[in-house]
Amino acid sequence: MPLSKQEWLALEKKAYDLRKLTLQTTMWAGSGHIGGGLSILDLLTVLYHKYLNIKVDDPKWEDRDRFILSKGHAAIAYAPVLCDKGFNDVEMLKTFNLSGSKMGMHLDSNKVVGVDASTGSLGHGASIAAGTALAARILGKDYLTYIATGDGELGEGSNWEAFMTMNHYQLSNCIVFIDRNHCMIDGPTEDVMKLEPLKDKLVAFGFNTICVDGNNINELCDAIDAAIARSKEKCAPTCILMDTQKGAGIKSIAGDYHCHYMAIDDDTFAKYSKELEEDYNARVARAEKEGK
Amino acid sequence: MAGGFVYNAIDQTEVATAEIYGKALADIMTKDPKVVAITADLAKSTKLGDVLKICPERVINVGIAEQDMFGVAAGMARAGITPFLSGFSAFTSMRACDQLHTDICYQNVNAKIIATHAGTSFGQAGSTHHAIVDLAIVRAMPNITLIVPADGYETANAVNAAYENFGPYYIRINRGFDRVLYDSQDYGFEVGKAVELHEGTDCTVIACGSCVFQAREAAKFLESADGLKVRVLNMHTIKPIDRDAIIKAVLETRRIITVEDHSIIGGLGSAVAEVVVDSGKACAFKMLGHPDKFAPIGLQEDIMSEVGIDANGIIAAVREVMNKDFEEDDNWDDEF
Repeated sequence: MPLSKQEWLALEKKAYDLRKLTLQTTMWAGSGHIGGGLSILDLLTVLYHKYLNIKVDDPKWEDRDRFILSKGHAAIAYAPVLCDKGFNDVEMLKTFNLSGSKMGMHLDSNKVVGVDASTGSLGHGASIAAGTALAARILGKDYLTYIATGDGELGEGSNWEAFMTMNHYQLSNCIVFIDRNHCMIDGPTEDVMKLEPLKDKLVAFGFNTICVDGNNINELCDAIDAAIARSKEKCAPTCILMDTQKGAGIKSIAGDYHCHYMAIDDDTFAKYSKELEEDYNARVARAEKEGK
Repeated sequence: MAGGFVYNAIDQTEVATAEIYGKALADIMTKDPKVVAITADLAKSTKLGDVLKICPERVINVGIAEQDMFGVAAGMARAGITPFLSGFSAFTSMRACDQLHTDICYQNVNAKIIATHAGTSFGQAGSTHHAIVDLAIVRAMPNITLIVPADGYETANAVNAAYENFGPYYIRINRGFDRVLYDSQDYGFEVGKAVELHEGTDCTVIACGSCVFQAREAAKFLESADGLKVRVLNMHTIKPIDRDAIIKAVLETRRIITVEDHSIIGGLGSAVAEVVVDSGKACAFKMLGHPDKFAPIGLQEDIMSEVGIDANGIIAAVREVMNKDFEEDDNWDDEF
């Protein structure tokens, strides 16, 4: 069902609030993986505020949808999403990255409520997701598994092992997102290690592949709706290849691979906050114009 | 061990150790629909034949992809399934080391790893298929229970124990047949508790896996030929190790020899040495195992003989340590 203008605007507001909270968390922590956190923040927003069938008061509910953040360093955005949702106290964000905190740079599923898998070592999430999706089939459960990887992360061969398993077992109840922000630590992906033609590779691995602007909430929701529509039938899994910008929402760093990990001081915080507001206003204008 | 698969003495001589695993697992899976077998193209080699006959829909083969196998198992475990993964020890410990560490141990999920073709039991396959560093790797990981059964009976007991207890288990078994050590499954197997197979006060040999039978044979020979009383401990659980049994051996025999089909670095010998050193009490100590080099190619018994972890090697080691003298220490008993 297409996103209504009202719902689109509400999700944009939530994404804006979560971007601000992510920036604030980076400020509290002194530094963080803000680039890859912001590129995936629109996905986190729509999953946690539209799609995931979860219970905040029963985080281990066995029939819940699962979300596996394979690019575990995006915890700088994921932790704010989980706290804002109510799984953990927002005050915890003030301890992010600090000694003795339950919230490290990569979230521990045994310490942070609402986290389905402890990630951080790249290339692990897809196999874990294949496991939870296979478990649903074996146990006769209807929950869905969502899993998000980075694009540079696809250099880890284990992802492709998992993709083969997803295709072989026709895990349409597993929806894969690839955060194609085109950046790695050492530079653009195509300079460090070529990924293209990425869509062709995903199709060759058996995915029903959908390409979207991953920083466009409306497009994201359309793609997820299409993936969910086919999830009840045992068929090829869906991969949503999200074209995104590292640092999305902050004009002065968006698309720059140098923003993978950044320190934030008072001046940059003020500057980035202003840019986030400008970006939000532009997004609202787009939603007002294109929404129905 | 109550419940679980029970097999008889005929099985001991006609069923390979891994087949005991397969039969024990088939029994568990018949009773519990939430148990799943996972393998990486080694369903036949790790003897899942019986399981495939009973519930093929609960055998997940991920192809030749050990990393994926561990991740899939972790995901399943998180969803309420008890997965039993089986593969060659060399690959379960090394090819999927990060997944074992992070997905299984760090998350502390209820996954059971059956690591077959342990030590040099696939000796002719060469060093790519020898697993002589896996105990060192796995032992260092938090949360995991590490068991090295000495024969088929003990394998059945270990598999049942893994099923009955929550948490990651790594059970290391040999390819092919093991020498029969016990008369039945009922000898008091308990995770984390060594089994005394031969009484003695002159020296203690602590062994695991295929070296346990060799140690007992050596003890029998030394008693008749040299009049020595050698205690033999089957240290089937490497982690958590039986600290009490080790300290008792230090106090009562003051000479310890460890024997394992594994590198002398990081395995059973190291685990025992850590307990001894931590106790603050010195004793004669010798570790038998593979020296710090890759093992030769050959049949397991030939390799064991060459590196001195068979009965002959153990006999020579006991005679060596029996020549070590100890100074009188009146306060020996007071220091514990």
